[in-house]
Amino acid sequence: MTTTDTVSAAAPPADPPPQPQVLTTRDGTPLKVSLARALRREKMRALLLIAPLLLFIVLTFAAPIADMLFRSVENGIVANTLPKTVEALADWDETSGEAPGEPVFAALHADLLIAAEEKTHTRLGSRLNYESSGMSSLFRKTGRRADRMDDALPYKAQFIDIDDDWGDVATWQVLKRFSPELTSGYFLNAVDMQMTTDGVELKPENERIYLFLFARTLFLSLTIMACCLLLGYPIAYLLAALPARTSNLLMILVLLPFWTSLLVRTSAWKVLLQQQGVINDFLVWTGLVSDAGRLVMINNQTGTIIAMTHILLPFMILPLYSVMKTISPSYVRAAKSLGATDWTAFWRVYFPQTVPGIGAGSILVFILSIGYYITPELVGGTSGIFISNRIAYHISSSLNWGLAAALGVLLLAAVLLLFYVYDKIVGIDNVKLG
Amino acid sequence: MTESRGAAVRYENVQKSYDGETLVVKNLNLDIPPGEFLTMLGPSGSGKTTCLMMLAGFEPATHGEIFLNDDPINNVPPHKRGIGMVFQNYALFPHMSVAENLAFPLQVRGMNKAEQEEKVKRALDMVELGDFGSRRPAQLSGGQQQRVAVARALVFEPSLVLMDEPLGALDKQLREQMQYEIKHIHENIGVSIVYVTHDQTEALTMSDRVAVFNDGVIQQLSTPDELYENPHNSFVAQFIGENNKLSGTVTEVSGTDCKVQLDDGTVLAAEAVNIDGVGSRTTISLRPERVEFDTDQSMDNLVKGRIEEMIYLGDHIRVRMNVAGNTEFIVKVRNRGQRRDLRTGQTVEIGWAASDCKALDAVA
Repeated sequence: MTTTDTVSAAAPPADPPPQPQVLTTRDGTPLKVSLARALRREKMRALLLIAPLLLFIVLTFAAPIADMLFRSVENGIVANTLPKTVEALADWDETSGEAPGEPVFAALHADLLIAAEEKTHTRLGSRLNYESSGMSSLFRKTGRRADRMDDALPYKAQFIDIDDDWGDVATWQVLKRFSPELTSGYFLNAVDMQMTTDGVELKPENERIYLFLFARTLFLSLTIMACCLLLGYPIAYLLAALPARTSNLLMILVLLPFWTSLLVRTSAWKVLLQQQGVINDFLVWTGLVSDAGRLVMINNQTGTIIAMTHILLPFMILPLYSVMKTISPSYVRAAKSLGATDWTAFWRVYFPQTVPGIGAGSILVFILSIGYYITPELVGGTSGIFISNRIAYHISSSLNWGLAAALGVLLLAAVLLLFYVYDKIVGIDNVKLG
Repeated sequence: MTESRGAAVRYENVQKSYDGETLVVKNLNLDIPPGEFLTMLGPSGSGKTTCLMMLAGFEPATHGEIFLNDDPINNVPPHKRGIGMVFQNYALFPHMSVAENLAFPLQVRGMNKAEQEEKVKRALDMVELGDFGSRRPAQLSGGQQQRVAVARALVFEPSLVLMDEPLGALDKQLREQMQYEIKHIHENIGVSIVYVTHDQTEALTMSDRVAVFNDGVIQQLSTPDELYENPHNSFVAQFIGENNKLSGTVTEVSGTDCKVQLDDGTVLAAEAVNIDGVGSRTTISLRPERVEFDTDQSMDNLVKGRIEEMIYLGDHIRVRMNVAGNTEFIVKVRNRGQRRDLRTGQTVEIGWAASDCKALDAVA
């Protein structure tokens, strides 16, 4: 501390009488100001120490995520590529049942000339193709011929001549609906809904996919969480109960998977679980299953559950272990001395004290598995994939980043919501990770 | 000893080994009559806690049999023994309220709600915590938690209660207060109590009898005053209270009296308690408060010593002296008001009675 922080109340009697309201230092500065000044240097130093990491995280983590999430509603492409058309369309009534008139087509021609030059019309086509198939080829075809149109003749007929779709009301409805800068289209798509002239409605049954995928992701994550808990609880108990030397050895076995590549472990499951794999061969050899009736344990949900339970098990065991380690064996002994059977002592005395560990482990496993990608991709086949696999598909294959972002936002919201519900029921304070 | 019938607890030739190489408890035989407050006292690793855990059923006896009210209990699981137990750190269930903690033993016995409530209330009143039933253990002070632990061990009315160093975590003042409270509860309800501690003051204050453990063997089993006045061997003399040790050789034995020649040639008259005979080595044990500065010629033993250090302790003065080559010889002088003319460096004569100095087994 550089400043004097003697409180005036403690000053010698020669000083002015102490102020009852504001405590001051001996030179008259209010104590709080003086204290803040004294602490500022330390705060600055602390901030400087974490500044590199903070900067790194903001640049490489927070900002890209924010940008990605914004893509789920961002829709400037229509207004940017076809500014005049969008303006002209404002007067058109999409419920009229007729295609817009000549001024709109003239505006579209002017826009397309510029767009074809900059080659942005194909991107617009791909974007609108997400909403209505056929848009991509329509724009590509029209863009090629826009500069060959005759300025003297009506544009409307020439456009319809290039493609009949230009005379279709539906085409113009899509264009008008997605002309605002922001859109809910991606989100509606992400929950299997679409916007029509009659408002928002569910897609036809055979086109729905995401709600089902979300439900499956939740269900599989819960199943994996339950499997981890069932398998991890006894192991954690054993680790906590054994003498330190033995338990340290076993702990290495628990941590061993951490030090092995995720791909190696997942591939190992492929070797074990496939129909010509180790487990099936063994079962056939023992005669438990016939050669024709080999079990299908991979490239389906079973494969995903088995492999992911194995991979996420340490995340359940470690929080459980750290909680159990702190529970003195004298509690169970006390319960028994008071007349409780082994089961009662466990259920009424030991188990309630492990609930914080169960909570922590379950939340960890659940959140990790809900966003898991690589393992379902490798062993999940088609029936065992998660929503994250679909997100990855839209990011890297279909390049529909807006939809990928919307799905990601929904996934994030679902996790946060569950987290909130969990906090209300169990209380986040009760969670112990170590 | 093994023949007495009607003992609350009887250990018969009990041995215990954890590793199959060393015996932690060596051939224990012990009878505890109903209603007795028996303390197992000893340094850590002396086997006292193991004896308690075998009685509670948490450790199996390697050999021998333990009887509870004359029934062998070696194969009875802990929860069927009906023994109340107070643990070192209380082991109050942290997720239950005080009342729930107390109701637990009644619930597992299938007692009906009304009866439970009444017993819980009575137990809480007994430890003067009537208003604390709805609190969590963590909201209580150490002393209150201690009392709840005692109440919980007693609420299902066991005939025997075990206490494993229950006061170890309390500060000195609270510990003394709790000693009296537990003693009074014992007197009021007449339950048998087996109490384990390494604190000899605690043992002397509370117990009817004390079993001093060392090296897996009961060194002496006596009432507190007997233990202090007539220790059977050097370990007990050393462990209970303060004690001056003087090593020497027995030169003469007549009945309970003997003469011992110390290593510097001084000859002392002592009471023969635990010696092998003339010519054997012995350790003389002498309590510091039995040594007098006001000597007169009728005293059995008169020795000269040099005052090395004086410590003023209020009610008494501790004088460290060099007597017969032992520089750790302590004399306690009661503070009677008139200041004695003692100074460091002085050589003075001190004396004591032969009956106050016991010739015990030799310590290396």
